[in-house]
Amino acid sequence: MKITLKVWRQKNGKEKGALATYQLDDISPDMSFLEMFDVLNEQLSRKGEEPIAFDHDCREGICGACSMYVNGKPHGPKQTTTCQLHMRSFKDGDTIVVEPWRAQAFPVVKDLVVDRSAFDRIISSGGYVSVNTGGVPDANEIPIPKKIADEAFDAATCIGCGACVAACKNASAMLFVSAKVSQLAMLPQGKVESKTRAERMVAQMDEEGFGACTNTGACSIECPKGISLENIARLNREYFGAKAKSDNL
Amino acid sequence: MKLDSKIPEGPIGEKWSKHKFNIKLVNPANKRKYDIIVVGTGLAGASAAASFGELGYNVKAFCFQDSPRRAHSIAAQGGINAAKNYQNDGDSVFRLFYDTVKGGDYRSREANVHRLAEVSVDIIDQCVAQGVPFAREYGGLLSNRSFGGAQVSRTFYARGQTGQQLLLGAYSALSRQIDNGKVKMYTRSEMLDLVMVDGKARGIVTRDLITGKIESHSAHAVVLASGGYGNVFYLSTNAMGSNATAAWRAHKKGAYFANPCFTQIHPTCIPVSGDHQSKLTLMSESLRNDGRVWVPKEQSDAEKIRKGELKATDLPEEKRDYYLERRYPAFGNLVPRDVASRNAKNVCDEGRGVAKTGLAVYLDFADAIKRDGKDTIASKYGNLFDMYQQITGENPYEMPMKIYPAVHYTMGGLWVDYNLMTTVDGLYALGECNFSDHGANRLGASALMQGLADGYFVIPYTIGDYLAKMPYDKVSTDHEAFKKAEADVTEKINTLLSIKGTRTVDDFHKALGHIMWEYCGMSRNEEGLKKAKVEIQKLRKEFWEDVNVIGGNDELNISLEKANRVADFLELGELMVDDALYRSESCGGHFREESQTDEGEAKRKDDEFSFVSAWEYNGPETPETLNKEDLVFENVKLTQRSYK
Repeated sequence: MKITLKVWRQKNGKEKGALATYQLDDISPDMSFLEMFDVLNEQLSRKGEEPIAFDHDCREGICGACSMYVNGKPHGPKQTTTCQLHMRSFKDGDTIVVEPWRAQAFPVVKDLVVDRSAFDRIISSGGYVSVNTGGVPDANEIPIPKKIADEAFDAATCIGCGACVAACKNASAMLFVSAKVSQLAMLPQGKVESKTRAERMVAQMDEEGFGACTNTGACSIECPKGISLENIARLNREYFGAKAKSDNL
Repeated sequence: MKLDSKIPEGPIGEKWSKHKFNIKLVNPANKRKYDIIVVGTGLAGASAAASFGELGYNVKAFCFQDSPRRAHSIAAQGGINAAKNYQNDGDSVFRLFYDTVKGGDYRSREANVHRLAEVSVDIIDQCVAQGVPFAREYGGLLSNRSFGGAQVSRTFYARGQTGQQLLLGAYSALSRQIDNGKVKMYTRSEMLDLVMVDGKARGIVTRDLITGKIESHSAHAVVLASGGYGNVFYLSTNAMGSNATAAWRAHKKGAYFANPCFTQIHPTCIPVSGDHQSKLTLMSESLRNDGRVWVPKEQSDAEKIRKGELKATDLPEEKRDYYLERRYPAFGNLVPRDVASRNAKNVCDEGRGVAKTGLAVYLDFADAIKRDGKDTIASKYGNLFDMYQQITGENPYEMPMKIYPAVHYTMGGLWVDYNLMTTVDGLYALGECNFSDHGANRLGASALMQGLADGYFVIPYTIGDYLAKMPYDKVSTDHEAFKKAEADVTEKINTLLSIKGTRTVDDFHKALGHIMWEYCGMSRNEEGLKKAKVEIQKLRKEFWEDVNVIGGNDELNISLEKANRVADFLELGELMVDDALYRSESCGGHFREESQTDEGEAKRKDDEFSFVSAWEYNGPETPETLNKEDLVFENVKLTQRSYK
C-alpha cells in the first residue's frame, strides 16, 4: 500500500509544532498502525532525521500507552487501541493525519507524546481500597454475586489511555474517574470508602484542569475497552450522595 | 566466592515460618530512618514498594514508562495459581510445590518454591481485599480453572486480563502510599548504574527520559524488579520497552547472573506474518483447555493448505494429527509449555506446518463449540477471540486459530539467596528479574504468583533482617562513588551519540535477535552455539563502530534509549550462549540436541548438571567465571519428566 502521512512534529512542550508530510510506498495491510510508524522511523533514521516520538509499549492493546489521533479520532477509525489498529483498515493511497491527544491537562512532551500523569494523581487521591498487606480475610469469606463481580470487572477494564479525554469536547476525565469509582463502589471491599473516594477523585480531576461532563457520550464511543456511560451515572450518584451528607472534602 | 543460599534448616514445611521468626525486625519507629529504592513497578516492584511504604520505610520507586500502571505485567492474560483447594480436587501447598519443582525440570531451589506455594494462598486474599474483580461463581465464591501442565483447578482469573487486574491492584496500593507520602514515584526514569559504597549497594544513577538529566539517588538498600530479558531475541511477547539494563548493569557491579540460558518459549502465540513484525502476541494458554492442537497428517495436505487450495475446516477428521493428544494421552493439549513448543516446531520441521510461512499449527475450538455452545466459549475466551480476529483478520469461531511458539519469559536472572538478596550486599532482585522459582521452565500462571509473592510477602520480611543490622547514616549523592558512576554513564551516552555510523539501533537489535533465535532458541547444539558466540562478538564490535544514534542527550530521545538497552543485550546475549554451551544437558526450556532420549524428549543429566550456574563479571571483553550452587532435592524425587 501507498500511504501519505501528515504527522504532528513538536520538539518539546515549549516550542511550536506543525504537521510534517511523509510518503510511504511499501506498507503491508497486515502491519499494525504502530508497525507502519516503525517502518517510517527506520527510514527517517537511515536518512539521519529524528524519528517520530510516540508512546507505545505492550502492543497488545492492554498497557494503554499508545495515544494518538488518527484522522481526527482517538486511536483511529476502529474502537480499539492504536497498536491493535491494522493497515487493512485503510485504503491504498490514503492520506492519514496523526496528532497527539488534545487536552489542556495532557500537555505535549514531544511529537505525539503527551504527559498523562494527571491520571496517576487522580488515582493517588483515592482510587484504591485502603488495605495493608497481609492479615486480610480469606478471599471467599465475603461472597460477591456473579452479576456484581462481572459489572465491577466491566468497569475495571479501563486501561487509562486517555482516549475518553481526547474524545470529549470539554476534555473531561469523567469516564476514567467513573470507571474506578464504580468498580470499587460496587464491591463490598471498596464500599466503606466510596463516598470519600468519589469526592476526592472528582476534586483532583477538577484541579488537574479536566473539563465538565455534558453527557455527550463521545468518550464511551471512542473508548477502546467500551467502558459504558452507566459508570458516569454511578459516579454522579456516589458524588451527590457524598455531597448530600456533606463531608465536603 | 562461595555461594551461600542461606536456606534455613529444618523440614521444608517449616523453613519459612521459622526463618520469619529468626530474622531480625526493625523497630517501627526506626523504619522511617531507612530509605529503599525500588526499580521497576510491575507486579513485583509495585507490590514491594507499596508494602515498604505501609511498613514505614521511605521509598523511591522508578519506572521507565509514563506511569507504573503500564508495566508489562499488565499484559498477562491467563491467571494466577494458588493452592487454595477451593475445588476439593486434591490440591495442597505440597502439590503446588511439587508441580512447580517438577515443572521446572528440577533446576529450582526447593526451599524457595515451597515458600512460593505457601504464600500463594495469601496472595489471592490480598488481591480480593484490594478489590481485584476475580471471576466468581453464581454463589458468589471465587471461580477456578485448570491451566497448562496442571491436573487440578488452582488458577484464579479475571477473564483474560488477570495481569491487568492484579497490576492495577498493586498499582492502587502503590498509589495509596504515594498519597501517604511514603513513596516518591519517578516515572520516565531509567536506571543506568548501581552505586556501591563500602561494598554495599547504596544507590542508583538514573536518566530522566524527558530531560536527559543524569541523577543520583542514595538509599540503604536497592531492590530491582525490572523484569526479564526476553527482548534480547528482538521478537518476543515482551513489551517493546522491556529491557535488561538495570539488571545487567548491576551484574557488572558484582551481582551474579544465574541460568541466563533458560528461556521459555510460549506455545500459543500468533505466528509471524512478515518482516515488519515488531513483536509477537501471545494468546493465553488457557485456550489449550478447550482448543485442540493439530496439523494435517500428510505433508501434501499441509502444502495445499499453505497454498490456499484447501481450508482447515475441509480436512476430514481422519486426515488430522492431534499430535499432543496422540503422544501424551494423560496430559493431551495441556502438556507444559516447553513440550508443546518443541512438538509444534517438530511438526513444522516435518513440513506439516500451516499458514503461508509453514510455521504454524492449528488450535481448533470446533469440538468445544459443538460440545458447550458458542456462548459458553465466548464467555470464557471472548476477548481473546476478538483480539485474534483483530490481528489476523480471521474469525476463530469459524476457522481454527493458527499459533506458533514465541519467546515469552526468561527464567534466568540475577542470582539471589533465600532472602532474595543478590551477591551484592543490600541489592535485592524480585520477580522475573531474579532466577529463583521456576527452574528451567515456567508453568502457566506462576509468574504473576512469584511477582506478588516476592513483593507482598517475602521482601517486606527479609529486607528488615538486613536493615536491622545497618546504621541509619545516609550516604550523600556527592560521594565520589556517585560522581564516578554519573561520569561513567555520561561517558557511555556521549560515546553512543558520537559514533554517528551508518546502521540504525533497530538494525543491530534485529541482527542480534536473529542470531539468538537461530542458535540459542527452541533447540541448541554445540556447533551452533559456538558460531553464535563469534557472531555476537562481531556484531557488538560493529555496533560500537557503526551505530547511528540520532539526536542529543538533553531531550526525549527514543533512539538513545534503545541504543543503551541494545548495548546491554549485545553483552547479555553472549553470556546466554556461554551458559547454553556449558550446560550440555537438556532441561525444561533448554533443549540441547545432543542430550535427548530415544523418543526425542529432553534428557537431563542430574549427576553433572544439578546446579544453578551463577556467572561472575570480570571486566569488559573478558570471559566470565562460572560459580555453581548445587541443588539438593530432599522432598521431590528426581525423575525423568514424562507427560505420557
